[in-house]
Amino acid sequence: MRYKHPDETRRRLMGGAAAAGLLAGVDALLPVWARSPTSAAGAVRPPAAGAVQFDLTVARQRIDIAGKSAWAHTLNGTVPGPLIELHEGREALLRVHNRLDEDASIHWHGILLPFELDGVPGVTFPGIRPGETFEARFPVRQAGTYWYHSHSGLQEQTGVYGPLVIHPAGGYQDAFDRDYVVMLSDWTFEDPMAVLAKLKKQSHYYNFQETTLPQVIAAGTPAWRDWLAWAGMRMSPTDIADVTGHTYTYLMNGQHPDGNWTGLFRPGERVRLRFINGSAMSYFNIRIPGLPMIVVQADGQDVQPVQTDELQIAVAETYDVIVTPTEDRAYTVFAESMDRSGYARGTLAPRAGMAAAVPALRKRPLRSMVDMGMDHAGGHGGHAGHDGAVQPDGSAAHAGHGAGAVDHAAMGHAMPASQPAAANHSAHTAAAPASAKTGRERAAPGSVVATHDADTHGVGNVAVAQVQRDRTAEPGTGLADVDHRVLVYADLRSRAPGHDARAPQRDIELHLTGHMERYMWSFDGKKLSEVTGPIEMRHGERLRIVLVNDTMMEHPIHLHGMFVELDNGAGAYRPRKHTVSVKPAERMSLLLTADEPGRWAFHCHLLYHMHMGMMRVVQVV
Amino acid sequence: MKTLHTLLALALAASALPAGAADAGAHAMPIDWQHVHEDSHPFGFALIDRLEYRDDEGPNHLLWDAQGWYGGDYNRLWLKTEGESPVSDSNGEFEGQALYGRLVAPYWDLQAGVRYDRTFGSGPDRDRAFGVLGVQGLAPYRFETDLALFVSEDGDLSASAELEYELLLTQRLILQPRVEINAAAQQVKSWGVGSGLNDLQLGLRLRYEIRRQFAPYVGIEWVKKFGDSADFARADGQDTGNLALLAGLRMWF
Ligand SMILES: [Cu+2]
Repeated sequence: MRYKHPDETRRRLMGGAAAAGLLAGVDALLPVWARSPTSAAGAVRPPAAGAVQFDLTVARQRIDIAGKSAWAHTLNGTVPGPLIELHEGREALLRVHNRLDEDASIHWHGILLPFELDGVPGVTFPGIRPGETFEARFPVRQAGTYWYHSHSGLQEQTGVYGPLVIHPAGGYQDAFDRDYVVMLSDWTFEDPMAVLAKLKKQSHYYNFQETTLPQVIAAGTPAWRDWLAWAGMRMSPTDIADVTGHTYTYLMNGQHPDGNWTGLFRPGERVRLRFINGSAMSYFNIRIPGLPMIVVQADGQDVQPVQTDELQIAVAETYDVIVTPTEDRAYTVFAESMDRSGYARGTLAPRAGMAAAVPALRKRPLRSMVDMGMDHAGGHGGHAGHDGAVQPDGSAAHAGHGAGAVDHAAMGHAMPASQPAAANHSAHTAAAPASAKTGRERAAPGSVVATHDADTHGVGNVAVAQVQRDRTAEPGTGLADVDHRVLVYADLRSRAPGHDARAPQRDIELHLTGHMERYMWSFDGKKLSEVTGPIEMRHGERLRIVLVNDTMMEHPIHLHGMFVELDNGAGAYRPRKHTVSVKPAERMSLLLTADEPGRWAFHCHLLYHMHMGMMRVVQVV
Repeated sequence: MKTLHTLLALALAASALPAGAADAGAHAMPIDWQHVHEDSHPFGFALIDRLEYRDDEGPNHLLWDAQGWYGGDYNRLWLKTEGESPVSDSNGEFEGQALYGRLVAPYWDLQAGVRYDRTFGSGPDRDRAFGVLGVQGLAPYRFETDLALFVSEDGDLSASAELEYELLLTQRLILQPRVEINAAAQQVKSWGVGSGLNDLQLGLRLRYEIRRQFAPYVGIEWVKKFGDSADFARADGQDTGNLALLAGLRMWF
């Protein structure tokens, strides 16, 4: 194990000096960190000392992005914004200058700080008025990969986001030679308000992968049954993403796939990639063909190393991986949007200007009856399973669902029992990392842990998860039938045991609800504007938050100000997360020690869902 | 017209019914600042579902059928209009509705308001007003459904049902079957309305969505009148059945 001085890392993270070369014209418009370095040697910067001060200026300007020129909200003149590097144990002074003619805000996503500095207009402060400056001065109490973004209106969609990396006080536990931020995002040339209006008028507006009549006819009888079952429920199995590649260009470090952001390495070096999903609406499946990834951190929190070939990153999550390219060749970093309507792409290469093959987009995935929360294995057999589901080429898919036997004994509201802490965890960094299983090995749906009560959450909600499963061991949408290893939540084990061993004193159950046709999104059927007060927590209280997803799509649920422990069977080694992706019909259990006083936003991180009211305020007093 | 005014007043009163905190905008969070996110701001939608030229067996016609709404998630103002006019002259029929719609079940708007019909052209213009009570929404199996009851200012009761379906041949080529049935409880001879089942319309339109919002189409529609309505049509020298070839545009904003 090698320990790195923070300042060495800082040097590498900044990448090369001002870039020249092929894409200089494009690169010149990017923040320094996002440029493709042109030489393997990084510029040495003076070591930081004392408080780290950083100034961010939000402005509206015309920039080149996604292959065209467009108006954007920029941060210090670029999209994404600059890399903010902080140091654990040192003070941070972050100043945000608003040069817009409307209010602005910056939320420091995943950062522990006094709530008044958290940057959510209406919840923690009034917003930054035009021409004003907001100062956030706070001691840095954590390390890891994070990001920051606007919490005002839909500004995040138009460019107000950037990476934030905090170097650990004691140096890094995982050895690596190079360090790159890989920030994914979705860019549209449409006005985000127009995008939202379209969804409101015709919710499938951006879905051009719907099942067609000829596909159903070609696929035969099971497909007919399936098609009828979905139509009967007034839903579509192709409803994977609300906003798609039809309008989005997916960016890697602000660059169009053809711009080919490139990170350099010397063969044999260990390269740390800090994946950040700064999208408004897009989940990605990330893989680097030919290169296994060792996941060492999730949401800024160190996890026990686990090796995988592909991982799904929900909106607002971060994953740090270490890869060791040994060959003197280029590797494609491929981030396919979950609905497979597009991709972001970059390259790891020994020299600038290289490229590897770019994989073709895979077939678009489909929702299943498990996603619907249907008890199809339990004998309500009228609705077809998804074995007849139609793929775009007209063939019938063979997604596995055979193992979906319902464990009726497990029904009720029992949650999966936490496993006792692993006896031996101290040697994990020295040992070979654990390895994830393949998608196919994990395709079976998780066990049913509860059924839904009679509350259908009002007219703003169209369905409930009749049977609710523990789905933390299931691959994300579209990854159930791949033959290589895929990361699942159950693979994540915190590197250090949790510091609060108390059993939860109280449960808070929240249902994720919505109405795709009318594009309404809520918790328990109520939008933020329809509830009369915050979710109250007592300071120091140990809680269990149960999230039940009654909708048929994933929602990345984000709690500001505090980390939740995801109850994924890891016992005391539950991973700490700021954002959890809740699968359709999933019943997810989170443990929380409410140790940060103040008001904190709690919401779905799909921007348009949040904007439509899928949000709450948590108050810790 | 007196009845019309009464109905309008009723509709306005209905739209002022408590809306739940829903569309009110302000909320009672114990938070000092006005709002976090405007999750209730209103949207508006206008759909010209049918704007078409019809090659009828008799005189050819221009037909329009449009509707739109403005409002929040739970409460909306609906406007609907439908009408046709022969291509050869300026006679025609216009129907307009103004309705308050409230989301009463996840896929269903309950609608109440007024309808106003008017004939125009060479003869004397005639009009009449109705009160309307209807439901509009998406039925299981994805049938776009619009059911309405009408009470005319003279107290005559009638009803209509419209069903539309969408079959995707490709992502942009869409086949749309459409059924419309009209019925009445009383004869209204001056308007050619018989009691019982008045007419049945069966249409099939094939559109190509150049953009989602803009789709030219071609289609056919078969109309058959029944009972007294058919007799009135015959007495008027009109056909009781018609098969039209048509071409038009579907647009929304
Ligand atoms: Cu959501």
